[in-house]
Amino acid sequence: MADNKGILVVGELAEGKLLPISAELLGAGKRLADELKESLSCILIGEKVGDVANAAVAAGADKVCVVEDAQLKDYQTDTFMPVMDKAIAELAPRIVLMGQTSLGRDLAPRLAFKLGVAAVMDCLELTIDTASKAMNCTRPVYGGNARAIFTTEGFPQIATLRQKAGTPLAPDAGRKGDIVSLAVSLDASKIRVKVLETVKEEVTGIKIEDAQAVVAGGRGVGGPEPFSNELLELAKVLKGAVGASRPPCDNKWVPDSIQVGLTGKIIAPELYIAVAISGSSQHMSGCSGSKTIVAINKDPEANIFKEARFGVVGDWKVILPAFTAKVKQLLQ
Amino acid sequence: MNMIVCCKQVLDPEAAPSTFKLDAANNRMVQPPEVKPVVSPYDEQAVEAALRIKDKDKTQKISIISLGNGLVRDVVKKPLSMGADELILLEDPAFEGGDSYAVASALAAAIKKVGQFDLIFFGRQESEWDDGQVGTGVAELLGIPSITVAKKVEDIGGGKVRVERIVADGFQVVEVQAPAVITVSNELGEARYATLKGIMAASKKQPIVWKPADIGLDAAKVGTAARKAKIVKLFQPVKEGKCEIVSADSPAEAAALLAQKLRDNKVI
Repeated sequence: MADNKGILVVGELAEGKLLPISAELLGAGKRLADELKESLSCILIGEKVGDVANAAVAAGADKVCVVEDAQLKDYQTDTFMPVMDKAIAELAPRIVLMGQTSLGRDLAPRLAFKLGVAAVMDCLELTIDTASKAMNCTRPVYGGNARAIFTTEGFPQIATLRQKAGTPLAPDAGRKGDIVSLAVSLDASKIRVKVLETVKEEVTGIKIEDAQAVVAGGRGVGGPEPFSNELLELAKVLKGAVGASRPPCDNKWVPDSIQVGLTGKIIAPELYIAVAISGSSQHMSGCSGSKTIVAINKDPEANIFKEARFGVVGDWKVILPAFTAKVKQLLQ
Repeated sequence: MNMIVCCKQVLDPEAAPSTFKLDAANNRMVQPPEVKPVVSPYDEQAVEAALRIKDKDKTQKISIISLGNGLVRDVVKKPLSMGADELILLEDPAFEGGDSYAVASALAAAIKKVGQFDLIFFGRQESEWDDGQVGTGVAELLGIPSITVAKKVEDIGGGKVRVERIVADGFQVVEVQAPAVITVSNELGEARYATLKGIMAASKKQPIVWKPADIGLDAAKVGTAARKAKIVKLFQPVKEGKCEIVSADSPAEAAALLAQKLRDNKVI
């Protein structure tokens, strides 16, 4: 398959809109496509997804493939795999990119193994090796303690990109692109995993991934109460959200949906305040993109102080209320 | 049900980041003497998921498969001491240096040799390469369905399981007819401790050891030789480490000073 050309991005929607990660992928994909002097395609798969095709073009796609079917309403391995099979056969892309999302985590390896190639997961950076035209993928390994640059053999090269790792292009409504629909006949009897229901865990207030300020607590906070008292109060003053490292979630102090880390949410707020969080690599993977990290921890040797821009060493129970009071006064 | 849980021996991921060292020339990590090997944490939770099914019906069987070289017996036997029935080791120098593709291919060959299986459990990702591909890959190689990032797995009879899998902002409830692969996430809850009785029982059990030839593979085509993803470079990112520690006569004053600093730097 030496004739494989171009880059294919698998776009994703939520509530009828292109997800931010998809715009980030299109931005990253466009840069690779320009370097290769090849084109960038985007595939949109779902029950009704054609409405965002123009948004995908504005975000950088030269071509958008729309695949619509009522059976594609929710992501399912057994319905999306035949679609990707057909799309790859028709488009013969050099590179396939997905987000490191529920979909990408599931679909990228499955597709790679089916095609007999490797997927590189959770990448931070994608570049083209000028001589070979192969994609090099940089990703964190050893829980974020190190990074590895991988390249893969065979076509297509498949990678997933971490959320917020790519930079979207400024949307340009004047860009031109081809929008085509791709027909795939799905056989309902081939669906082996049946989705019975999807349960949304509602969060009150600002979603952690949208918040510009996040106040997060760790094991050292000691229990569930501070999350709904001291931490929440500061978050409200900063018009932000409350987050947590993994131990408070595993201890059921807070819902899993606010976990920040490698296996939780990956966020990049303007301000991240880590309260009684030691700063394990797995946690830092979820917040290291924050513009300013502030640490409050009683252990001066805690790893979080190696990652933070500002820090105070001491008992959070004393520091946090005084800090909140002063912030409140300054913001008045 | 016949259940298989694939468990990897890793270096303790809870070790302090300061102990982490790389052998950059050979693209690998150096094992510091103070860091001990453990079963990868998500894999322990995968064992827990299988044990919860066995708790309801003691006739169900759990086999553990671990792949590597020079595996520490006390480490890889931990799932036995938690309550698993048997341990199969794919242990040979040739298995070293594999990527997800190489590991999944060897595991799929071993699972075929085991022959009878209904559910195959994996942790959602192991803690060294954090790749999260092996479970899904084994499913594809065996031609069976996979359910990723599960937080609850229930045997509902008739060879079917109901699984809650984590998705953005919530979870999905799905059902599948065995055989199937399920990858387990930390939301399942903590894995149980080994009991003294379990440790005694495990100490008496001998693992079954298979070499590449035992699972029908050529030793020259496993491990490093079977890789599809090549490492171009392994490195430690440079950390600026310019944390300004704000201190004052009292913690409360330091807190106020911190707020002022954030204001002066236009952070708030």
